[in-house]
Amino acid sequence: MSRLTLAAGGLLSAGERYLERIGETDEFGAVDLVLGLLDDGVPAESLLLELIAPAQRRIGELWAANRWSVAREHGATAISERAVAAIVARVRPEPVLGRITVACTDGEYHALPTRLVAEVLRLRGWRVDFLGASVPGPHLITHLHQTGPDAVALGCALPTRLPRAHATLTACQAVGVPVLAGGSGFGADGRFAGLLGADGWAPTADVAADHLAAGGLPAFPVPRDPLAHLSDEEYTQLTCRRGALLTGAMTTLAAAYPPMAAYTARQLESTAEDLGHILDFLGAALYVDDARLFTDFISWTTGVLLARGVPVRAVEAGLRVFHGELRDFPRARHLLLQAIEAAHTAGAELEI
Amino acid sequence: MIAAQPADETTRLGGDHLEETTRAPDRESGGREPGRELLRAIVEASGEGMVLCGPDDVVVMLNAAAARLVPEVVPGRPVGSGGAGALFDLGHPEGESRESGHGAQRLRVRRESFGLSHRAWYLRDVTDESARTDALLAERRRTRFLMEAGPRLSASLNTRRCARAAVELAVPFLADAAMVVLPLAGLRQTSWLRATARRRALEEGTVSAAAAAQVPGLAEALAGFPPAPSRWLDPAQVPGWLLPEGFGQAGHLLVTPLPGNGVPAGALVLARHEDGAPFDEETETLVRMFAARAGTAISAATLYQEQSETNAILTGGLLPPELPALAGVRLAGSLRAAQQTGLIGGDFYDLCLPSPGTPGEPLVVLGDVCGKGARAAVLAGQVRQSLRTLLLLESSPERLVPLLNRSLLACPSPRSYVTLVLGALRTGQDGHVRMNLAVAGHPAPLILRGDGTVQEAGARGSLLGALKDTVLTPAVVDLAPGEVCLFYSDGITEAFGGPSGREMYGLQRLKNALSTCAGMPVSAVVERLEQISTDWLAGTTQDDRALLAVQAAGPVG
Repeated sequence: MSRLTLAAGGLLSAGERYLERIGETDEFGAVDLVLGLLDDGVPAESLLLELIAPAQRRIGELWAANRWSVAREHGATAISERAVAAIVARVRPEPVLGRITVACTDGEYHALPTRLVAEVLRLRGWRVDFLGASVPGPHLITHLHQTGPDAVALGCALPTRLPRAHATLTACQAVGVPVLAGGSGFGADGRFAGLLGADGWAPTADVAADHLAAGGLPAFPVPRDPLAHLSDEEYTQLTCRRGALLTGAMTTLAAAYPPMAAYTARQLESTAEDLGHILDFLGAALYVDDARLFTDFISWTTGVLLARGVPVRAVEAGLRVFHGELRDFPRARHLLLQAIEAAHTAGAELEI
Repeated sequence: MIAAQPADETTRLGGDHLEETTRAPDRESGGREPGRELLRAIVEASGEGMVLCGPDDVVVMLNAAAARLVPEVVPGRPVGSGGAGALFDLGHPEGESRESGHGAQRLRVRRESFGLSHRAWYLRDVTDESARTDALLAERRRTRFLMEAGPRLSASLNTRRCARAAVELAVPFLADAAMVVLPLAGLRQTSWLRATARRRALEEGTVSAAAAAQVPGLAEALAGFPPAPSRWLDPAQVPGWLLPEGFGQAGHLLVTPLPGNGVPAGALVLARHEDGAPFDEETETLVRMFAARAGTAISAATLYQEQSETNAILTGGLLPPELPALAGVRLAGSLRAAQQTGLIGGDFYDLCLPSPGTPGEPLVVLGDVCGKGARAAVLAGQVRQSLRTLLLLESSPERLVPLLNRSLLACPSPRSYVTLVLGALRTGQDGHVRMNLAVAGHPAPLILRGDGTVQEAGARGSLLGALKDTVLTPAVVDLAPGEVCLFYSDGITEAFGGPSGREMYGLQRLKNALSTCAGMPVSAVVERLEQISTDWLAGTTQDDRALLAVQAAGPVG
């Protein structure tokens, strides 16, 4: 406790310098900074979780506010990866606990938070196999058969990957390995981890390590019932008709939202991408039957688009187009109505 | 003896006691008292054993059936005396049956009001009935145990996980401690896993073959023979490693072989405490069935492990290499195989460094052989190997390409077509990287300039393995510090997907995406392009996808 409070003040000011250095893709500067702190006696785990993790969260906010470009965001993350590598190259405890496989869900490229889990587990004495970003299910299962770990820690940062995460964790459980879920994709309170049948959930890397050390996972996962709400097939139909729905929505939106007539090809492409994201989040919300997942995304994306000069009514128009197209989808239509309200509220708060 | 008295099967009576106790209420009720004979007839007519007591719980009368069941109960004494206190529980609610052991018997007991102030205890011998129920319940428990064991044992193809499942299932249902000793894997050591009741953590260890042989029956079981005495009870013979620390002396031990698919899969050792029940016939049968399932699972896993180890050795050389940081150059690569289990395919990239102390330039290559999956991966491996061999004789990309073509034409397997890009890297004092490029039937590399413009390299050439003569237009690319040259395979540009799900990604989109990467470290460039490509595919898997990027890192030192 005392070392944390002691380190907290120092780390806070170091955090500003660290963010500055990774923002300038200053690899040597960032690595020197963390190694200096390590030499000053700041524990490696504190550096990972109280310096690097907060900086990464800050990067996400800076990108959302359109203050950092995608290139800068990716560059900074790459430097953080190097900083993590530099720290863990210095501190290599002998593995004395069991073996854990750490992987990102298929399609999930936000690998750093999951890597931090892998490194914290290593620091705590586990033998860890980190499989990296976007791990295909078949590869993960093959790995489980070959290495026989005690558990899988599965990271999912985006809720749109939840159907894939569900398939993966069910497959892990089917081969007898319990799954600890983590990452913001499972909800800030982990509610989707429970719903999808994960054997455990941890909001942060240190909690994940505590949970595993306390034997919080069953030796053998308990099989779960399938999700009853999926029997209406809205998720399935929405996913199968994604392409057609988007093509139709682009045409309808052009009529409903006149400024689109002046859009360049690139602008049209990013509009199609935005509509695609809306549809993917709608699908995820249908999959876990959770309106908040969708309205939270719409509020957030309204802010992100506003920061890039896209007005709220464009978002609302897009949602209305889907509401019109999805006539046979009562659950989806209900979600869309709530989302229109959420966009409106978010816009009213941000536009003043 | 009191028990001798009811031998004539007549109801035992409490003499005067009955008259005193039964008359009092009867007077109040108008004197319509049942006569003593009538009462006796009622008691005797009961199909169950019946003990009639007065308000003070002193026995008044009991019928012949009751006298047979509880000979210690005699009229005139409290019902619970003579050692029958457990049977006649006055605290148990009236009218509710309960079962209680009584010597070798099991009796069902019920208490009812009898008349106004008397109580009648009804007794029934349910020994046989309950034995049948117990046997049925035990059978059900065994069946449920086996049903639960089945899926858990067969879930994994990992030997250790299977053995772990076996010992965790066996405790506490079969024994207080369970150990699986895995078969000797050609070594003098064998490994074991052990679970113990009341101890959470699984234990693991190894033991020498000689030590294992000290346990009677274990050596035979490990060798696949039925262990001679499957049940033996000489705790003095138990070596220390067999039992968990603090277990105390084992009372009962059972060694059972794990029969595998034609090969022994190890042995199961079960131990019970001294005060525990011995292993009976039924348990032994159950253990044999359980061992059969565990053995099948473990031997299937052992075969899988052997195969995947062989596979790992064979495919090890086909996986993309680590890309070390070179002086003045940063490299990053990504390979996403359509075959997702082994992650191997027809796309490949490689880095060939000149052997230490010899002159020469690092050579990077990215290629695509005809086909997908393991067959393509083998050819890709051959191309990489040929290239390394040819590098001993030749270092210039434009002269390497025709040599590689000749070696492919000589290749016996049909359709050995390959497209590739070769680049020889030279770093200058100014921090620039100059790359001699040769392209053979492959998309030309893209160059990301410092200002974000993207150019296509001017190198061109025909594919390899098809024609005797190759046509080649080499090129030299000059990268200023921070600039990137990107090699890619057509799995990236020819991926179908996007918003409509039917559109091809195309070269223009790749150029646009690359142009947003100016200023990024090369690892971030590759990761971003891979991510965009994966998003474009929207969960579908089509072709192998490869990316390799070379970045000038700036002046050395």
